Amino acid sequence: MNPFSRFLVELQDITLLFWRMLRGLRKQPRYFDEMVRQMDSIGVGSLAIVSLTGFFTGCVLILQAYPTLEYYGAQSSAGQSVAITLIRELGPVLCALMVAGRVGSAISAELGSMVVSQQIDAMRALGTSPARKLVTPRVIALVVALPLLTVAADIFGLIGGGIIARYLYALDANSYITSLRTGITIQDILGGIVKPIVFGFIIGLISCHKGLTTQGGTVGVGKSTTDAVVLSSITVIIADFFLSKVLQGFFSSTLF
Amino acid sequence: MFDIEAHINTANAISPFVPAIEFRDVDLAFDDRVILDKISFTIRRGETKIVLGGSGSGKSTIIKLVLGLLRPDAGTILVDGEDITQCDEQELTEIRKKIGMVFQEGALFDSLSVYDNVAYRLAEEGIDEDEIEHEVVRMLRFVDLEDAIDKMPIELSGGMRRRVGIARALVGSPPIVLFDEPTAGLDPPTARTICELAIKLRDLEGVSSIFVTHEMNNLKYLSSEYAIVDGEGNVHFEEEGDKLCLINTKVMMIKQGNIIFDGTDEELQLVADPYIHRFIKGR
Repeated sequence: MNPFSRFLVELQDITLLFWRMLRGLRKQPRYFDEMVRQMDSIGVGSLAIVSLTGFFTGCVLILQAYPTLEYYGAQSSAGQSVAITLIRELGPVLCALMVAGRVGSAISAELGSMVVSQQIDAMRALGTSPARKLVTPRVIALVVALPLLTVAADIFGLIGGGIIARYLYALDANSYITSLRTGITIQDILGGIVKPIVFGFIIGLISCHKGLTTQGGTVGVGKSTTDAVVLSSITVIIADFFLSKVLQGFFSSTLF
Repeated sequence: MFDIEAHINTANAISPFVPAIEFRDVDLAFDDRVILDKISFTIRRGETKIVLGGSGSGKSTIIKLVLGLLRPDAGTILVDGEDITQCDEQELTEIRKKIGMVFQEGALFDSLSVYDNVAYRLAEEGIDEDEIEHEVVRMLRFVDLEDAIDKMPIELSGGMRRRVGIARALVGSPPIVLFDEPTAGLDPPTARTICELAIKLRDLEGVSSIFVTHEMNNLKYLSSEYAIVDGEGNVHFEEEGDKLCLINTKVMMIKQGNIIFDGTDEELQLVADPYIHRFIKGR
């Protein structure tokens, strides 16, 4: 099969998985306990790495931007520059990439191991749809947890930026906070929430699909895990461009 | 709320006069590789069909087809008279209630305890917890693993995992049970225990089954021994002889997706085919 045909087949399989997942939402049982467990594992489990990533991203943003702002005499816009970059772009994308690495790989490896040890076949033989039992709770958990993690990353990023501005560049804290408050619009925040919702779907569906289509024993599990992380990450970055364009059109009055 | 008695009755509602399983000219290929080539066979109610064949001959594929985990390219598969090749996933779920499946390595859910593994099917159907517990204990007693009820699969030996797999397959008393190489890699006494469970199911519960294997000891036990219950309720295994000849166990041999033998074990011993001869004699 040539790469283009393989791409179309994969796209079809992921779309079918999405459809089965949606249909599963209408039927009993709905596995709420499993959803909560996954939210805990994905959300609480990823909070530390996402916060750390956000914090140092905020630090490095102000580290790079401040000298330029100072050159133009616009030091008072430091907070705004960090906020816009973090909330619109870096927060959602970096958070999604971290979660794709940590959670996407875990989902793919777990489902892949279940495939090679025939647990998925056993589940179907016992009358349970793997899409409903395994895919739906994980995707829903990602869709709920990723925006919350992004907000956490944004907050820690703004704090990190503030600390560097205050203690490295001696910028007045009030000036930084005022710049933040005037620089962020409601559209920025909405855009920064919409993106991780879509990214959650992307990471969840791709990771589950890669896990459930694992072939070739333990070597196959390793391959599907790598594929899940690589494909999720690339798709997140590509989707970010198109989402930014759509949101730009939607909030046309802003600077998207 | 579901009633477990009603569940078991539904599962047991297999018609007495139609074959439990029937394959009619079933074809299956993966890309250019032919897995099954127009195979046809029948398993009557209460009958055990021992499926022999080398690795990659298509034995396990037959079981996956019966469960509807794979769909044939052509042909008809009837389970309790119902053509499963025409069923959607929802209808297949109903048919699967009549079938218990014992996987090669047990295929237990790693994240669930022995209790939860065995209770899985009933819990998914929303049956009352007290009734589930009663049924789980009953099935674990049947496979002599009542003490392992709270253990996790990782704490079990290979043989114990297979027996838990059997208990899970038998929950709800399905009238058809499929065994996919259940003794592979086990020591002889444990393999013997697994065969005894299959014999008990056949002779005491009237279960129809497919027993996929390539081990000749399994063939010997299943085709020459039967289970009886004495006056005190103890189960004994006796060998067939002059007074009783087992007619509820048949042997089928597969080679490269084709059936090369279908008959009794006595007939199998008389076949002159060099492949079959080498397979059963080992030389």
